[in-house]
Amino acid sequence: MNGIHDMGGMHGMGPIEREKNEPVFHALWETRIFALRRAIRPWTAFKGNANRYKIELIPPDEQLRLNYYSKNVIGFSQILAESGLVTAAEIGSGKRARGSAKAVPPLKADQVPAFLAKGSPSDRNVNVTPRFQAGQRVRARNIHPLGHTRLPRYARGKLGTIDRDHGVQVFPDTNVAGLGEKPQHVYSVRFPARELWGEQASPRDAVYIDMWDDYLEPV
Amino acid sequence: MSTTRRGFLTTAGVAAAQNAAHAQAHSHDHQAVPSDPALRVKALESLLVEKGLVNRAALDALVDSYEHKIGPRNGARVVARAWVDAAYKQRLLADGTAAIAELGYTGEQGEHMVVVKNTPNVHNMIVCTLCSCYPWPVLGLPPVWYKSAPYRSRSVIDPRGVLREFGLELPEDVEVRVWDSTAEVRYLVLPDRPAGTENLSEEALAALVTRDSMVGVAKVAFPQTGDRV
Repeated sequence: MNGIHDMGGMHGMGPIEREKNEPVFHALWETRIFALRRAIRPWTAFKGNANRYKIELIPPDEQLRLNYYSKNVIGFSQILAESGLVTAAEIGSGKRARGSAKAVPPLKADQVPAFLAKGSPSDRNVNVTPRFQAGQRVRARNIHPLGHTRLPRYARGKLGTIDRDHGVQVFPDTNVAGLGEKPQHVYSVRFPARELWGEQASPRDAVYIDMWDDYLEPV
Repeated sequence: MSTTRRGFLTTAGVAAAQNAAHAQAHSHDHQAVPSDPALRVKALESLLVEKGLVNRAALDALVDSYEHKIGPRNGARVVARAWVDAAYKQRLLADGTAAIAELGYTGEQGEHMVVVKNTPNVHNMIVCTLCSCYPWPVLGLPPVWYKSAPYRSRSVIDPRGVLREFGLELPEDVEVRVWDSTAEVRYLVLPDRPAGTENLSEEALAALVTRDSMVGVAKVAFPQTGDRV
């Protein structure tokens, strides 16, 4: 969707504010929502992308106002309710509904190191033929899907060159829409700064954008 | 639970349901956001613990990992190793994920790592314009500025202006490469080893490497100057 989250190239966002000796978290509740999102994962097929799309759907003024963890509270609550693990009523009351199933066992503290070390790889060991090769000229498709996409607006319709092939990975556009993983090659594509931004940009500079096969067309 | 608290939580539940409806309708109507995320998160945690879905000790261990174990010192060790060991550097640039795993750094938000190397003629910097993707196993959780609208919006259209704001003025003849982390690949910048460090140990070199230099908004300085972040 053409949301405010897709902000590459926008003006007017102000100076970059840096905090001296910044802590990892700024409030206790930030630590808890961060940890809850990870600890719940063994129960679900949650994708990072599902959370991203929930955040993209927050109205633009709120997206700009809320900090990262506040947006996660909203996204996580919605995903939980939709997952069937808890009901919206339970989220509202903070209490388990009488008679509802109790799930066991949860992720335990001593399992955390191995759990974090494993992560959630998004590559898939399937044989998919790449449509493009390193060095090949490509054009990013000019598409404006209403759903989740990772094709930024500033690259759409622009010409680039395949820099490298990252291998076969899950395609978020279909995966978040519930249409399957549709694994396909992901490439790093080099776009000259002047192709993206015109004469004001340096003739030397470039932006490298990771793009799935379905985002690209041959030139 | 007090009546006031119950009232708030019910409201939060209604808001959650409304949010779900928003998602379906692609509506842009104004949406109420809970004024107290602390209260809402506390309720979520109680509920998920009560339902047996999460364990409080595991939550503590998760937080402890990112507050005390997983951070930019990991990435600094990777960089220092690459500076002293040419074969390691070669492996790091050829397969970042595997070479970083050699030092024991793997997992969430670092499942697919690519390391990009600065040279006297090329400067790399990393951004995620669409959200806040960042290589956690080597750099830990990102600082607020990395997730902020100013950094995300400007890095791709005006990288030199952004770098200037960080105190780094690059000559015209240096090529700036901005890596926008739009997929599940995470990037780490391998900064240039500063001159005058030929006699330093790997450990002493690692101590010079800053987080910002591995994001690509700073260079590694020697002798030690500037912000140590």
